[in-house]
Amino acid sequence: MTTAGRFGHVLDLITRVRGVRGAMLVAGDDGLVVAEQLMEGIKGPAVAALAASLGGRLRRAMEAAGLGASVFWHLQADQGTLLVVPAASGVLVVAVAEPDVNIGLVRLELLRASEAVA
Amino acid sequence: MTARAVETWTLQPLTDFVREASVRLVLLMTPAGQVLAQSGFSRAVDVMSAAALGAAIVASTGELAKQLRQAPFAALNHQGNRHGIFLSTFPIERGTVVVLAVYDLDVSSLGLVQLFYEQLAADLKAASPKGSVPKQVLAADFERELSESLNTLFGR
Repeated sequence: MTTAGRFGHVLDLITRVRGVRGAMLVAGDDGLVVAEQLMEGIKGPAVAALAASLGGRLRRAMEAAGLGASVFWHLQADQGTLLVVPAASGVLVVAVAEPDVNIGLVRLELLRASEAVA
Repeated sequence: MTARAVETWTLQPLTDFVREASVRLVLLMTPAGQVLAQSGFSRAVDVMSAAALGAAIVASTGELAKQLRQAPFAALNHQGNRHGIFLSTFPIERGTVVVLAVYDLDVSSLGLVQLFYEQLAADLKAASPKGSVPKQVLAADFERELSESLNTLFGR
């Protein structure tokens, strides 16, 4: 399977969950999009850059607090939800979803995806 | 961090870019190396060196693109262990603006710089004076113009 095909398959796992509007693999260091499957209207490069920036700050906060590495973030907003799982490879697996999405199911798929890209 | 501008219309977009992209140093200049504004530099000699080197890179990569029969490169990014350098150009009504930005990898990222660079370019295009021709610097006036620009850029 090609790299693009493999990443596409990984993102399929997430976007098939009802209420997910898009999923991305983001290079955690650079904030650049590695692969994406997003509905129209979602600004992929902006979400990637800002999520990676937030990820860096969260990582430092966790380290400062002596809590170790973060495994899952869930940011709830008025009109949707941002869910992120950092993979061991430094890639962030990101999902953008509706506010009423099944968080547990998306989290499970994000964790599976993070193992696949690790 | 203080931003200073020879061309005052560049100041607000530059200040916004520095704050949002969390960049350490920024130079706005022409492809000839004439500085329009700077942020983060503390010595005039550093501004002059960075402007000359940035302009040289733009010229050489532009020529390389010409040799490859393609449009000039949109942007150049060089990433070291601790810092990244981002260099890009965009057209405005008065000519071309070169942006040279240096960012700490701990604080910012290429993605953030690219994201807010697009905003910077849009803001500068909107803010640039319309219908005016930029003042040409003649060789005879070069030293005086350079000295005045550096005085403005460092608040002397």
